[in-house]
Amino acid sequence: MEKQEYLDLYYQMVLIRLVEERAAQLYQQGKIGGFLHLYIGQEAVSTGLISVRKPQDRIITAYRDHGAALNCGIPAKEVMAELLGKATGCSKGKGGSMHMLDVEKNFWGGHAIVGAHLPIAAGLALGDLYQENDSVTICMFGDGATNIGYFHEALNLSKIWNLPILWVCENNQYGMGTAVEKASAVSEIRQKAEGYGIPNRRVDGMNVLEVRKNAGEVIDKIRSGEGPFFLEIITYRFRGHSMGDPERYRQADEIKKWQENDPIGILRNVLIGEKIVTEAELDVIDAQVEDEVQAAVQFAESSPDPEPEALFENVYAGEYTDG
Amino acid sequence: MARITMREAISQALWEEMEHDPNVFIMGEEVGLWGGTYAVTKGFYDHFGAKRVRDTPIAEAAIIGSAIGAALTGLRPIAELMTINFAFSAMDHIVNEAAKFRYMFGGQFTIPMVIRTVGGGGRQLGATHSQTPDAVFAHFPGLIVVSPGTPEDAKGLLKSAIRSDDPVLFIENATLYQVRGEVPEGEYTIPLGKSKIQRPGKDVTIVTYSKMLEISYKAADQLAKSGIEAEIVDLRSLRPLDMQPVIESFKKTNRAVIVEEGWKSYGVGSEVATRIYENAFDYVDAPVKRVAQKEVPLPYNQQLEQMALPQVDDVIQAVKEVL
Repeated sequence: MEKQEYLDLYYQMVLIRLVEERAAQLYQQGKIGGFLHLYIGQEAVSTGLISVRKPQDRIITAYRDHGAALNCGIPAKEVMAELLGKATGCSKGKGGSMHMLDVEKNFWGGHAIVGAHLPIAAGLALGDLYQENDSVTICMFGDGATNIGYFHEALNLSKIWNLPILWVCENNQYGMGTAVEKASAVSEIRQKAEGYGIPNRRVDGMNVLEVRKNAGEVIDKIRSGEGPFFLEIITYRFRGHSMGDPERYRQADEIKKWQENDPIGILRNVLIGEKIVTEAELDVIDAQVEDEVQAAVQFAESSPDPEPEALFENVYAGEYTDG
Repeated sequence: MARITMREAISQALWEEMEHDPNVFIMGEEVGLWGGTYAVTKGFYDHFGAKRVRDTPIAEAAIIGSAIGAALTGLRPIAELMTINFAFSAMDHIVNEAAKFRYMFGGQFTIPMVIRTVGGGGRQLGATHSQTPDAVFAHFPGLIVVSPGTPEDAKGLLKSAIRSDDPVLFIENATLYQVRGEVPEGEYTIPLGKSKIQRPGKDVTIVTYSKMLEISYKAADQLAKSGIEAEIVDLRSLRPLDMQPVIESFKKTNRAVIVEEGWKSYGVGSEVATRIYENAFDYVDAPVKRVAQKEVPLPYNQQLEQMALPQVDDVIQAVKEVL
């Protein structure tokens, strides 16, 4: 890996962290509506995965999507503007926190019905298989999604059609407030992939370099035509399921233990410890991200709301008269 | 003009569009080797091959979900649901995803997909296999819902549906597959979302679609023997709903009967009647009547089933009541 690649991983994780910390504040100030699901603690997962994708590779994820959106290259200002429901947001203010998407960045959402995007991801991969592209679809979802029927239909389809897809279960230990072992017949989620004959690995999701290494290896396999692969990535969300989560389902010392494994701190220690970069260089990035996020907030706050006419735009692509 | 069956008309539309555009493909349960449960795609597998005529597992969410994903990549999938009763297993993907994505993500893409399916009762298949839940789907903005009553319309509308950039639910009726009708020679399409006067008349307006067009014709023929000329307006599309021919007809006849196969409550008749009152109240000479299915799950027993379904005599009776 080049030095710049390490710096970029660090930059992206800090960017996600700061964008979300500011989003949490804006939410508490009432400037962000609806639900807000923070990715804080899980940054290494999407950052590591998306760092090895090629431009033609499609990314699709669930509703905890700010991290993946930023990793895919949606500017922080457009993510922030979407959170504030502004016309300049990546979904033009019509999607909100859970529904970010940018076709130009090959980022296919942002999906808020648990598990429902898995069959859609299979379809993206089917499209590429049909058109004989060498694209791979990377589909992320939580541990909770592995208990719903869509998961099983999609995994089964991906195997029988040999689809170029990487299934990524972000096992953050809880589906909302229900622990994996209470909701899933097997607590090692990758066993479910085993049931469909899909090769799989379990990966430490707090270490971005581990995620990156494993993702790179298996994406190459998929691209070479070996069919679907399944990664179970062990991670933890430091914040509640969404803003306003009373967190009765877990103890403070459990959160503390995981926070000692902060993915940003781990990377920082590796980079400095192995003398890849200096602490000062990382501090410069921290300061740059502070500025970028500040600018993003200003951009979002000063952006216009969608015009009233936008209410009726894009219900259909075609022109129809109803009445 | 050629005189062909509804089955042949639909099959021709599919075949022509498959020949016309290599991005068009068919997927569904038993569409390939079997040739389609209703033999609509007989011969397709041998001609177009397994890539373009894709047999799927019995997994409706995977069928519709992956069709959505494939459509997002620019393909034009025709996803077949063996019957509309199975659409409930894919309800989320039809109404939560296909119908909403374009709008919710700010119009960044189109979803050029068709869901072909079959509804209707009268074949002693029992309550789970005999429904006409068309109005349920027509409730959702973002979907186009089409349900033809003649071979000519079926062919022209299906070709338009396949070429449309919006998701279209195309509802056929199993008891109409053998019905013959005149179909123009050569290439033609019929625009989506346009109602049509199928039979001119001056005394009463019958508004209907799909199988009930056949019932309404029979009623009109009998009424004509006693000097009553019914004008039949065929909605053809339930969403968008083109009321213009209905209103024009009603302003002439001042009386209307709406005939649908589905249940009366919250149904197509409720919608059409309300729009008549909203748009032509000054022309009302009698309360609008609705003829629809009795409010029961359809029973297996043939006599009971026919009692529950709208019959020719029910239409005649309703017409006499509004005159």
